Amino acid sequence: MSGRLSRLRGPNNEGLLVAVILVVVVAMALSSPAFFTAGTFFALVRSSMVPLIFALGVLMVLISGGIDVSFPAIAIFAAYSTVKWVIGAGADPGPWVIIAIAMLVGAVLGLVNGVVIARFRLPTLIVTLGTQSIFKGVLISYIGSVYISAADLPDSVNALAGSHLLDVSGGGYLHFMIVPVVVVAVLVALLLSRTIFGRSIYAIGGDTEAARRVGIDVVRTQVWLYVLVGALAAFGGMLYVILGRNANPQSIVGTELDIIAAVVLGGASIFGGRGSVLGTVLGVVLVQLINNNLVLLGIPSTWQRAAVGILLLLGVGAQALGARRPNGHSVDVEPPLEREEVAA
Amino acid sequence: MAPSAAPVLEVHDVVKTYGGIHALNGVSLELLPGEVHCLAGENGSGKSTLIKIISGVEKPDSGTVVINGRTHRHLTTGDAIRSGIQVIYQDFSLFPNLSAAENIAMLSELADRRRISSRSRIRAAARRVVEDLGLRLDLDADVADLTVADRQLIAICRALVNDAKVLIMDEPTTALTHTEVERLFTIVRRLQERGVAVMFVSHKLDEVLEISQRVTVLRNGAQVASGAAADHTPRTIAKAMTGREVSDERLVGEVPPDAPVLLELDRLGRAGGFSDVSFALRAGEILGITGLLGSGRSEIAEAIFGIHPADSGTIRVAGTERRIRSIRDAVHAGIGYVPEDRLTQGLFLDVSIADNMIAASLDSYRARGGLLDRRRVRDSIADLFRRLRIQAPNVGAMVRSLSGGNAQRVVLAKWLDRKPAVLVLNGPTVGVDIGSKEEIIAILREQAAAGMGVIIISDDIPELVTACHRILIVHEGRVVSELTGDEVDAHEIQRRMAA
Repeated sequence: MSGRLSRLRGPNNEGLLVAVILVVVVAMALSSPAFFTAGTFFALVRSSMVPLIFALGVLMVLISGGIDVSFPAIAIFAAYSTVKWVIGAGADPGPWVIIAIAMLVGAVLGLVNGVVIARFRLPTLIVTLGTQSIFKGVLISYIGSVYISAADLPDSVNALAGSHLLDVSGGGYLHFMIVPVVVVAVLVALLLSRTIFGRSIYAIGGDTEAARRVGIDVVRTQVWLYVLVGALAAFGGMLYVILGRNANPQSIVGTELDIIAAVVLGGASIFGGRGSVLGTVLGVVLVQLINNNLVLLGIPSTWQRAAVGILLLLGVGAQALGARRPNGHSVDVEPPLEREEVAA
Repeated sequence: MAPSAAPVLEVHDVVKTYGGIHALNGVSLELLPGEVHCLAGENGSGKSTLIKIISGVEKPDSGTVVINGRTHRHLTTGDAIRSGIQVIYQDFSLFPNLSAAENIAMLSELADRRRISSRSRIRAAARRVVEDLGLRLDLDADVADLTVADRQLIAICRALVNDAKVLIMDEPTTALTHTEVERLFTIVRRLQERGVAVMFVSHKLDEVLEISQRVTVLRNGAQVASGAAADHTPRTIAKAMTGREVSDERLVGEVPPDAPVLLELDRLGRAGGFSDVSFALRAGEILGITGLLGSGRSEIAEAIFGIHPADSGTIRVAGTERRIRSIRDAVHAGIGYVPEDRLTQGLFLDVSIADNMIAASLDSYRARGGLLDRRRVRDSIADLFRRLRIQAPNVGAMVRSLSGGNAQRVVLAKWLDRKPAVLVLNGPTVGVDIGSKEEIIAILREQAAAGMGVIIISDDIPELVTACHRILIVHEGRVVSELTGDEVDAHEIQRRMAA
């Protein structure tokens, strides 16, 4: 592969994803004139917001070499219990305070994950499978199992749910919550690329033992990571409540594999150490594009799941091929070294 | 700079026991600035434990570590790093997913307790070290894409980014070829001139004596020799390490002139790898193939075993022409192969020794009904375990827990159990200590004497001289020399390889 081509392709296949998205968009636009409207675009943005927030959390965990399936449980636990508590107290402290409280709850639940994973060095998948069930069980048994409808939500939440940043003729609108979502995405990107904490997450995902030896406090970094991811999940949960104008303790859980698929499609390595916010955004957009608009291509909606699955396999396949490319099959195949002879 | 008087590192009478067994039993040594001190010993002699104590990973039961005149009772890894002690581990401990620059600078960024990571600061720090050592490295490349030798240079640069006073290199030459070792030594000497004390951990005797001023030898946790390197010869160190006389004499018998030809290559070639390779291997013969890195020596072996099949020429096994397009073909033709990287290519690490041994020959234990003949399996496992003198508690032990020498014997056992006509070994003693090396070569001699044809691919020239009847030298994919009988001599091989 030539240098220019591999630059276009990007470090995590971002270029490839952009190309795939463009192909899908063109195909949809050609087959249905209704597709290429601002309304469709804003609907895509709206449906991508919650998955993107979850995906950012999953991205960070994947980079650190783990896998988290408990985030939907944390999200709905934090959002539902906070909303229920606020309603029960008869207070309405405003949507931002409610979101802050929910994120605090999410951080505490994330702390549980982090402590168990980091202190006892247990496999992340198993731990989060366990905590997912625990969080969900506690939520349903002790906090509540009743659906909270828009009528019962605090007025401030309903007001926020109805605030649009931009309305277009024909019924489309850009929801106000896109602002905090973009801010969070930028913050996560900066955290990952510009802070020692972020670089430590990459380092731990690359080689945990090496991270320990170079002086990274692996336990502390992991605990903080899961706290952060818990808070992020809770934000996603509140976003879900706000956008859907309801709080249902049975919702969200079950969507984890779609989110993980989108992140992996976005170039994050399932083995840790690789992934970017840009790739994740593209992965989420692609999956939502498929989910929302496959019917426009004349493909029955029952094929959605299969389409996402095929995309995921293609994404992982591209990753595997990319990983095989730079290294030959054995050290001896490398050309003789001549580039850095020590100048005496 | 000549070594000055005050030592930068002193270890006094360190004792460490694990579960009642002395890993270290009263070891003392000191390191002067600008000195290369070699720590030699076989696997399990306590070298690694000593490194762990000096770097603060393990606490000694008794004894002290003194760094720059300061006595540390409870040395932590942080203390050690801040006092200027750096360890370059055998696996380098680099981050494959990060750039070379970030790998180098990560340590100082952490030591400075930074919060914000700046790309320009990282690049500047990395560039400073790299230029300081007069190296040329692609700082933007991911470490995963670099060669082993370059990764090692990155590890060295990283160790130096924070002004290391003491550099401990754990088996730094294991994965390197002859030229790369020379380059490493040039760098070590340069560090020495700047007053860095280097502790060189190795079991390769020639290297030890070439680079170091002083030597400390450990055996079973005890300090059995220490003193000026000039007072030692490879033989005295080998004796100290193993506790017995070790022979590296050339010990090859005659191949009977009427021995049948087992393997015959006729103008074998593979585009981009090698071409026009012809030779015949007879029963009872040990043939060595050597050459520089990239000469094509490994490709020849991989073609014989069908990993990367040849695309021209013919291979005849025991007189019949065989088409070897895959590993399966080679195994059917009666060829066995011990790969270069046995840990990833030759063994199931988390499986027992016993299961590894019979992994290649399961078919031959088929009883009626397609089940395994358990009794025969057990018998041959016990036989191999004994014959190859594998040091492990029992055949149920995981291969992961074995030392390099013992793991290599398990790979050998796996192929011997198949009773191949021809056994090809690629770097059979890489990472194996002297005692085991001698025994592995003895096993190969036995097998050859019993009528097997053996091919050893290696760049360990003394080992080839010790074991081989005949040596082929490969250069740029062609066999350029053939040495037989009395011509086989280390200096002669070196000379022809460089030519």
